[in-house]
Amino acid sequence: MDAQTVEKRNWRSRIGQRWDAIAENRRILPVLLVVGFLLSFAIPQFTLINPYYQLIIMYVGINIILATSLNLINGYMGEFSVGHAGFMAVGAYTAALLTMKVFPSNLVGYLFPLTILIAGSAAALVGLVVAIPSFKTRGDYLAIVTLAFNMIVKSVIENIEAIGGPRGIPGIDRLTTMPWVFFWTVLAVWCMRNFIYSNFGRGVLSIREDEIASDLMSVNTRQVKLLAFVISSFFAGVAGGLFAHLLQFISPRVFDILKSTDILIMVYLGGIGSIAGSILGATIFTVLLEALRPLGYYRMILMPLLLIFLMLYRPRGIMGLREFRWFIPSYEQIAIRLWRQKKEVPDASAG
Amino acid sequence: MLLQAKSVTHYFGGLCAVSDFNLDLEEGELVGIIGPNGAGKTTVFNLITGVYRATQGSIRFRDVELVGKRPNEITALGIARTFQNIRLFKELTVLDNVRIAAYNQMQYSPVEALFQIGRYSSEEKRILNNAMELLEVFKMDSYADELSKNLPYGLQRRLEIARAMATRPKLLLLDEPAAGINPNEIKQLMEFIQWIRQQFDLTIILIEHQMRLVMGICERLKVLDFGATIAEGLPLEIQNNPKVLEAYLGEEGGEL
Repeated sequence: MDAQTVEKRNWRSRIGQRWDAIAENRRILPVLLVVGFLLSFAIPQFTLINPYYQLIIMYVGINIILATSLNLINGYMGEFSVGHAGFMAVGAYTAALLTMKVFPSNLVGYLFPLTILIAGSAAALVGLVVAIPSFKTRGDYLAIVTLAFNMIVKSVIENIEAIGGPRGIPGIDRLTTMPWVFFWTVLAVWCMRNFIYSNFGRGVLSIREDEIASDLMSVNTRQVKLLAFVISSFFAGVAGGLFAHLLQFISPRVFDILKSTDILIMVYLGGIGSIAGSILGATIFTVLLEALRPLGYYRMILMPLLLIFLMLYRPRGIMGLREFRWFIPSYEQIAIRLWRQKKEVPDASAG
Repeated sequence: MLLQAKSVTHYFGGLCAVSDFNLDLEEGELVGIIGPNGAGKTTVFNLITGVYRATQGSIRFRDVELVGKRPNEITALGIARTFQNIRLFKELTVLDNVRIAAYNQMQYSPVEALFQIGRYSSEEKRILNNAMELLEVFKMDSYADELSKNLPYGLQRRLEIARAMATRPKLLLLDEPAAGINPNEIKQLMEFIQWIRQQFDLTIILIEHQMRLVMGICERLKVLDFGATIAEGLPLEIQNNPKVLEAYLGEEGGEL
């Protein structure tokens, strides 16, 4: 072994150690969250970066919500839902109608969190309906059901003149600000993580592994599927509401199958069954798509190519089924070790 | 009476998989079901556990009718099973496999889980402690953080039984526990089954091909052939029953 490779290896392991130390240190996470939250106020206030980049950052946040929520069904539960934009549409239209027609216009700013909450709930209600076919069908057949759902939502909206029909709703107030995007993104990721590391979440995983065995091990698979669909569509609706108030214009065309495909790409690019993967996937996809804008039509060739190579060499995506340690509750990581030392298992709330 | 099956019949389309199956099971018994391949033994298990819904007949467990109930409800009532071909949650850890089986004992709501509030933390702690204790009883606590697909075959079989025990059953259905185990280990397996039976105060129904195992531990046998019960009784009686010899043991009779 020559000196150069030794040095290279040392360098690699040093980086590795430092990275481990950072990943191990859980105190960094709250600090990062506070800093991020302050930055989300400071950036637009003092125009620290140009408004175009600010816009992209907000889209990244919204896409993170979309990707993590779809990952719950496609990655963790192992089903194949391809109609996520349908839930998003329900949220977007609900939110837009609330701020434009229902709430008094001088209060919409204050009522924005409530608006988003209602948008999410409306989508969750629809998710409840879509979950019912998933009791009996799965795999390819469920994919068809969700595909049909996406098309139904689109054509229903197209045919209701009162909400703009195919022309959509223009002139929505721009209420989505960076702090709100930050807040909802963190909330979505946090809730989804909590759910996955609860026994309900383990039920979701067991459906992916073996549904019949899961049923026979006392898991109420219907309850689990309902929960997964409701939570997933709730956050898709939240993302839709934020999206409508950022783009300021929505039409049925925005929420067609292509939008669902975009979210699917984010999930599979980042990696199934991984929150870190969804965050990575959403970020890379959004940023890359913007960065490649000068290429014009060629970027539409580049993106699928990237996906093909990814599927060939890393079929499970960048993070497939692996998780970044910060996203794993600390008690999950140390409980076994502590139990073996015959100490008490720590409280599950410890992180 | 722990379990009572009355004239249970099941059809797959036009094919009669199980016909007129009757079983009276007292608490604490260890009963074996034997029969050639395709005799309908596993179908009987699937009918009891609710995977299939019996076309006719009734199955009662502690005076609760099981036909029409969903598998998870039946498991929660106290019937657990293992599978002929191991069906662990492969990509999950040994600990998670066991914790999932505690789903029916979970005392917190989804909202408490989403926000980590209320009973969530104390319940998660209890589930984890129970799971680790169970793994310790099965001498598997040192594998708790391994992915279950990485375990050697014998341990996978043992984990499957441990996982079934995590649902806290009264009745355990073992589907070919000796499949893939070499003949020298049969004696160990027999001791193991006797041991869990005493440890957890279980009633057991066993499907098996290995005659040494069946004759060694079962107190009572039922013989199925083409879905019909052709004989039942003590192992010794079964060994000498001409019908059984003809249907099943004929080719292997020399071994007995």
